[in-house]
Amino acid sequence: MKMIVAIIQPHKLEEVKEALYAAAVNLITVSEVLGHGRQGGQAEIYRGSKETGNLLRKIRLEIAVNEAYVEPTIEAILKGARTGEVGDGKVFVYDLAEVVRIRTGERGGEAIG
Amino acid sequence: MRKRAAASILLLALAVIPGFSQQAESSLSPGNTAWVLVSIALVMFMTVPALGLFYGGLVRKKNVLSVLMQCFITLALVSTIWIAFGYSLAFSEGELIPGVLGDFKWAFLKGITPDQLSPYYISDEAGRIPHLAFVMFQCMFAVITPALIAGAFAERMKFSSFLIFTAAWQVLIYCPLAHMIWSSGGWLYKLGVLDFAGGTVVHVNAGFAALAAALVIGKRDHHKLLPPHNLPFTLIGAAMLWFGWFGFNGGSALAADGIAANAVMTTNAAAAAAGLAWALLDKVFNKRPTILGAATGAVVGLVAVTPAAGFVNPAGAMAIGAIGSAVCFFMVVFVKERLGYDDALDAFGCHGVGGLVGAVLTGVFADPAVWAGRGADFSGALYGNVPQLWKQLAGAGVSIAFAFVGTLVILKLVDLAAGLRVDARDEAVGLDISQHQERAYTVLE
Repeated sequence: MKMIVAIIQPHKLEEVKEALYAAAVNLITVSEVLGHGRQGGQAEIYRGSKETGNLLRKIRLEIAVNEAYVEPTIEAILKGARTGEVGDGKVFVYDLAEVVRIRTGERGGEAIG
Repeated sequence: MRKRAAASILLLALAVIPGFSQQAESSLSPGNTAWVLVSIALVMFMTVPALGLFYGGLVRKKNVLSVLMQCFITLALVSTIWIAFGYSLAFSEGELIPGVLGDFKWAFLKGITPDQLSPYYISDEAGRIPHLAFVMFQCMFAVITPALIAGAFAERMKFSSFLIFTAAWQVLIYCPLAHMIWSSGGWLYKLGVLDFAGGTVVHVNAGFAALAAALVIGKRDHHKLLPPHNLPFTLIGAAMLWFGWFGFNGGSALAADGIAANAVMTTNAAAAAAGLAWALLDKVFNKRPTILGAATGAVVGLVAVTPAAGFVNPAGAMAIGAIGSAVCFFMVVFVKERLGYDDALDAFGCHGVGGLVGAVLTGVFADPAVWAGRGADFSGALYGNVPQLWKQLAGAGVSIAFAFVGTLVILKLVDLAAGLRVDARDEAVGLDISQHQERAYTVLE
């Protein structure tokens, strides 16, 4: 089992979701986060005082999958989130030690789907 | 009053002495009364929610309640003082200090009955409003003035000391200045200073008090200022201020007549020109027109036209708005940075500077055509009356000195007695939690 975490541009969320559904990945957790990568932060100006390096809004996706779904999920995220510009984000893949479905108490691969 | 004070130049003989004398020909005007009663509500709205939102949006999340609370409690605190003895000190014709401060004759509004006519009038001597309506209209001005100062010490003042300061400032600074400029016995009134709706008593006064406050309380404790937490609040607040200002300036005619209409027209003209001017300057100097800039500019225009509203024509009002906006832009964007004082929400930069520009330019753009046919001649330098400009400078100068020095002394004393500033930990946690044990935005349901 793997945990896939992706940081993407906020405006690409809808396309990523469509791509994931098309790949039959239907379980997803989304949060709004702040940060920046190589493109640096955004400068903002308030009554003439410049605030540099402010963090950018990003979307974080968290998806737990069984091995068979790892590549399709990554492919779907790339397909939906890529613009080719700096700032498109990253995908991280971790090993997942355990999953428990709260409603039934099922564990492991059973619990993911 | 203000106007009258201003207008006083001619109306003085009729209006001033009266205090009470209701000439036989004066009677209650239902039309005038209705407009002033509505204006009372409009001006109340300027303190809360308008000013609260305008300021509240500019601070960080952890301090938004403290700002709203300061505005709200000022409404309650100053209203109470006003009824108890504030009105009497400001407007009684009996004087504890001649020309400077009234007496306690009207303490708790003793003797002011519902059917008594206001001894004060501006543009309509015959058609008076009830004295109680005048007291209430003035009450709302007394409320918003100290609330404006809160912009200077936002995000770091102890609430208990804020209450002591506000009460003391109301009695020791606002009441005397209102008396000097607006009451029939006031010495600046007699000098002939033009101040239609409180550019000097409200804005110059609060603005320079704010500068003193920023200097005494010191800078906020963080390496880097963070952006405003909610600019939509600030824009809504600015729009509500614009709305309320129609009552602030229009109501200051104390009549529903052509002078009130002129004031409402010029108020809108100045705000419009000033909002455009600031957005344009933003574009020129910072590449983008900003929402905060447009909102700030509009408020500065409203401030600047306040003393002029009943004396200038619409073109003059637009000039006052645009010039006020440019001067304040320069002060807030360039000068403040250089000087390094932390006027957190630019109470001085907008109200002090904008008020001063307005007070001076009233002496330039006052157009005698506005009052033509009313037996009064209010002319500025542009219309050949250069001495009016010196009177305006004198009035503003006295107000600045009085407000700045007086506020400095009060703040030093409150600091010695109770401490002005929260400690570093409380400041870091935010005033909402440390002063009020509440939070504006909860994380969980």
